Amino acid sequence: MDRFVLSKEKTPKFITEIIAKYNVFAPVENEGITLFKQIKNPSEINLEFSNSKVPPKALLFKQTETLFKFTPGVKGKIDPMDTNGGKTVVFGIRPCDAKSFAILDHVFKGDYEDPYYLTKRENTILVGLGCTHPDVNCFCTSFDDGGPVSAEYVDVLLTDIGDKYFVEVKSDKGKHLTKTMNKLLIPATEKDGKKKNEVEKKAVDIITRHTKTDGIVDKLDKIFDNPFWKNIAIKCLGCGTCTYLCPTCHCFDIQDETTMSEGARIRVWDTCMNPEYTLQASGYNPRPERMNRVRNRVYHKYNYYPKNYDIIACVGCGRCIDNCPVNIDIIDVVTEAGEVKV
Amino acid sequence: MNTNPYQPWLATIDDIQEEVGGQRAIKTFKLVFQDKNIQNDFNFLPGQCTMVSLFGKGECFFAISSSPTQKGYIEVSVMKLGKVTSALHECEPGDVVGVRGPYGNSFDVEGWQGKNLVFIGGGIGQAPLRSLINYVVDNRKEYGKLDVIYGVRSSKDLSYKQEFAEMEKRKDVNVHLSIDVEEEGWKKFVGFVPAHLLRVKPSPKNSIAITCGPPIMIKFVIQNLEQLGFTEEQIFTTLEMRMKCGIGKCGRCNIGNLYVCKDGPVFSYKQLKNIQGER
Repeated sequence: MDRFVLSKEKTPKFITEIIAKYNVFAPVENEGITLFKQIKNPSEINLEFSNSKVPPKALLFKQTETLFKFTPGVKGKIDPMDTNGGKTVVFGIRPCDAKSFAILDHVFKGDYEDPYYLTKRENTILVGLGCTHPDVNCFCTSFDDGGPVSAEYVDVLLTDIGDKYFVEVKSDKGKHLTKTMNKLLIPATEKDGKKKNEVEKKAVDIITRHTKTDGIVDKLDKIFDNPFWKNIAIKCLGCGTCTYLCPTCHCFDIQDETTMSEGARIRVWDTCMNPEYTLQASGYNPRPERMNRVRNRVYHKYNYYPKNYDIIACVGCGRCIDNCPVNIDIIDVVTEAGEVKV
Repeated sequence: MNTNPYQPWLATIDDIQEEVGGQRAIKTFKLVFQDKNIQNDFNFLPGQCTMVSLFGKGECFFAISSSPTQKGYIEVSVMKLGKVTSALHECEPGDVVGVRGPYGNSFDVEGWQGKNLVFIGGGIGQAPLRSLINYVVDNRKEYGKLDVIYGVRSSKDLSYKQEFAEMEKRKDVNVHLSIDVEEEGWKKFVGFVPAHLLRVKPSPKNSIAITCGPPIMIKFVIQNLEQLGFTEEQIFTTLEMRMKCGIGKCGRCNIGNLYVCKDGPVFSYKQLKNIQGER
């Protein structure tokens, strides 16, 4: 890994150089809400944010995406879509959200490669921003890897160390992005490295909420039928916010949208919190109760996913906790699940 | 070949067989891919499924009901139930649909060579079994004794009538048809499929039992198979769930950590007993 520093003064120039070559998406604040949006000018960016309301997952796995177009009816004419979204940089992504892409990759790769996600993923460079002020419900340190200032899952990581950013170039993509920036990026000194470590330690210490994830897969295997889940689900409204704002949720629906003469097969985010999600045409529903659906969300992340891909499908971003209208708290759920007597 | 797994190939409806009328009508659609190369490359085994779409209505996941020994086309048997299946029932020969697949695992037609096979089907659950039965009959000498148990509500609800009539003429296949409620002129078994199974009383020795039908039927069929001495490794079923992608990504057809579309739809009873999850 190559280490540099970038002065804050020169950061706008650094971003401008990227904008010249890439579609750049970065955190933009609007009426108190930060979202990743395409920017044309570095001044649009707000880097003083905890995290974006909607995870940047939405840039690669779009909330609504046209799979292909067609002529409606029984004549059969398909117009494929160009899946290439162009060369893109996500600037300012948090390490937790960057990790979510590594988790999502497992689903979208495999025997059937998903061209919509994977083409964008391939063409996207992640320039992360170390999380020096984790929020109250952040718990990214509860997992085996990652952490608020981890470069593990980004291509380049910027960490605020005072008057400059400490820049870690992690991957070939990151090298490719920064290779022409030698006027802006100065090799880091030992002192810079030390400063970065201090910042990192401080950030880790800010995180006060933790849950024990060791052994959670086995534990969940033992308490599937425990009344615990009914108690957890009792206050759930089934709104699905937890899933829509989750950086690792990947479930989707496919629908045909048509006018008289044109049609498109469209994929949209879906949620396992919705009873219609599993409702069969016969009227039978394998997950008829809210308990079934709440349990499915937790198991999908902490049991099914690790069984299938050897990684927990939760990055500890805290969005589902922050935004739940009835304060269902995944940290508490996982912690209490671990304490259920079997 | 198409590298976009969501984009179907075009297929023409070559023929439509009306199996059952009434409210829950069943039709079998014979589909021929427009591209001959796709047709030749569409290699599947009994038990596998396909995603069929009507452009503007949507897609549905169906078991392929024809046998791979029948070349040049595939068939799906569709009960008219929801939006897409109702629209499919309005289609006519010559109409074009989208087809992608084949998806999922299959019955172990190689591993079961030399064994006696017992097929226990109910209603539309016969569709995936039909593919397997026709495959086995077309490779008759590779398999032992064959018992085909199939039950429906009334004689009007029998699918594949012509095929059963042909099969009943054969000496090397034992066909056992039943209806739920007595009817004038029906000389075969009257009663539910699990009871009929006990009456037929297949021996578990060197046998495999494959069942598909309504969940309640499967439940009692399995109970009765165990009563007859079949072990959980000798019992297989094929499941269905609501599906959108068919390729293990959209999330909804999971039973525990397994996806019916890609890890199924065929499961042994032993496997099913050990998966924790809603189904």
